Amino acid sequence: MKIVVCVSTVPDSTTKIKVGGSGKSIDEAGVTFIINPYDEFAVEEAVQLKEKNTGEVIAVSFGTDRAKEGIKKAFQMGADKGILIKAASDDFDSYTVAKNLAAVIKDLSPDIVLFGKQSIDFDGLVVPKMTAEFLGMPSVNVVTKLELNGTDATIEREIEGGKETLKAKLPLVIGAQKGLNTPRYPNLKSIMASKSKPIEEKAAIDEPVKSSVLEMNLPAAKGQGKVFSDGAANVPELVRLLREEAKVI
Amino acid sequence: MSKSDYKGVDYYNLDDLYADEEKAIRGTVRDFVDHEVIPIIEKYNQEMKFPMHLIPKMGELGLFGPTLPVEYGGMGINNVSYGLIMQELERGDSGVRSFASVMSGLVMYPIYTYGSEEQKKFWLPKLATAEKIGCFGLTEPDFGSNPGGMITKAEKVSDGYLLNGAKMWITNGTIADVAVVWAKLDGKVKGFLVEKGTKGFSAPETKGKLSLRASVTSELVFEDCLIPAENILPKSSGLKSPLSCLTQARYGIAWGVIGMAMHCYHTALEYTKSRIQFGKPLAAFQITQEKLAYMLTEITKAQLLDYRLAQMKDNGTMRPQHVSMAKRNNCELAKTIASMAREMLGANGILDEYPIMRHLNNIESVKTYEGTHEMHTLILGEDVTGFAAFE
Repeated sequence: MKIVVCVSTVPDSTTKIKVGGSGKSIDEAGVTFIINPYDEFAVEEAVQLKEKNTGEVIAVSFGTDRAKEGIKKAFQMGADKGILIKAASDDFDSYTVAKNLAAVIKDLSPDIVLFGKQSIDFDGLVVPKMTAEFLGMPSVNVVTKLELNGTDATIEREIEGGKETLKAKLPLVIGAQKGLNTPRYPNLKSIMASKSKPIEEKAAIDEPVKSSVLEMNLPAAKGQGKVFSDGAANVPELVRLLREEAKVI
Repeated sequence: MSKSDYKGVDYYNLDDLYADEEKAIRGTVRDFVDHEVIPIIEKYNQEMKFPMHLIPKMGELGLFGPTLPVEYGGMGINNVSYGLIMQELERGDSGVRSFASVMSGLVMYPIYTYGSEEQKKFWLPKLATAEKIGCFGLTEPDFGSNPGGMITKAEKVSDGYLLNGAKMWITNGTIADVAVVWAKLDGKVKGFLVEKGTKGFSAPETKGKLSLRASVTSELVFEDCLIPAENILPKSSGLKSPLSCLTQARYGIAWGVIGMAMHCYHTALEYTKSRIQFGKPLAAFQITQEKLAYMLTEITKAQLLDYRLAQMKDNGTMRPQHVSMAKRNNCELAKTIASMAREMLGANGILDEYPIMRHLNNIESVKTYEGTHEMHTLILGEDVTGFAAFE
């Protein structure tokens, strides 16, 4: 079974983000970059599929050299090969990413392509779907369960207030949601083995962006809270503020 | 999603010096400790039990004997990675780190270094996966800092060796499948492998400990205990053989206690930032900041000491005296930092809701075992003066 897992590399989720000098991107000084957390579910699923069905897992990423971090983590979790589609600069959008991923993945002719449902940096939510469209494959996102029987897939995905069960044929694109599996701690054996797994670099295709960033701003700082300390006597005022100011009741 | 919010302490950007796999190994153990050790350890500590269910998981991760070659079940990692494993485990608990230290430094190391090829091939892969558990018996009831005076003796008989004597303060003793036991054969110290269930061998558990409670501590008793001739460690020769094992264990402690100190510092920092007294956080008081600055500086100095020690261990220039300096210094600072953190948390510092009191109790053992503070002082004293104060 040929399994492709697409990974992106994002600032650590505990990073205190600052806007950089250009006003269009973040200040990367002191930022630790990690594999996109949702991609860990995709990698785990990919490695489990390999363990059940034999085959190989190829981790693919689009980005600058920094994107190797995500591929290395996929190696440590059990991916076999890595491909970095090397962006010439940081100026790319979801369309460019999907177009490039699709071009490389098409040549690999995989049975299944796994993504994290979204990356936690830009939260675009579109790359898995767009890539699937460019590949001409069916796709299901926000997946919490995946079962394969030959080329038939049964998939559960989260929907508002419940779940939906779908069927689809391989080859197929899946976007992994938390709950699909429990990502493993890479053991020392696979960490040491990952050192000798090569990352193949490919040049990105020259695809103009469809959208570009004008400016980037941090959310407004939280205002001071209001403290009521007179017990029951404050309730009418509290209710009024919740209704008229906070507009939550 | 499996990422920990805990980022360790790295004021001097040591991460710039660590290789990718060193950071990855630390990350894996950190996640393991966050998810498997910290949520359960207070309960085990109070009930005075070792969390046995963690042993196969640690084996699967490859934490036992990881510096040994792959052909014997090791992972071939360097000593920076090994140190970082110890650091992260001891952030969880000294008992958990002790289990791993004993397996790697005191059981697998002597079998690898002093064992026959048959002993190595049989025991090491099983110990690496924790299919078998080991312990190390050197200290005796009347011979602690002075192990050369040991009474336990081995006698050559027609069908093997007859052991008589007792060992004390043995981590893992009661749960071990194999004990690496040091005894005098014709007046000279030799190592022997004693298997669980051998007639004349018992390992009762030590009761009443107020420190290292989440760890099995035992006595080993040998009464006309007959072991097969092939169970002698053939390459062991004199007291320097067990002492070389202690060097390994002390190295692990020198790294481990930094993890404890980091945990205490981190807890005190977070607590004093959020605890309000006199209308402002405790962390806004100069007296708190002085303590935090001290803790951070001592942790950073200890990290640098250990990093250089690891380099020397890897390139073969490390001497046992170098390890004595790091063990002595780092245990002392961990004890001071744990004690300061306890005070900074006020009354909350004594609760099991925080890890401080457990760490503070544990460091009393860790500062004492594998060479007391005083013995390491005298080892360094002898090294620079040429006078052995303890002989």
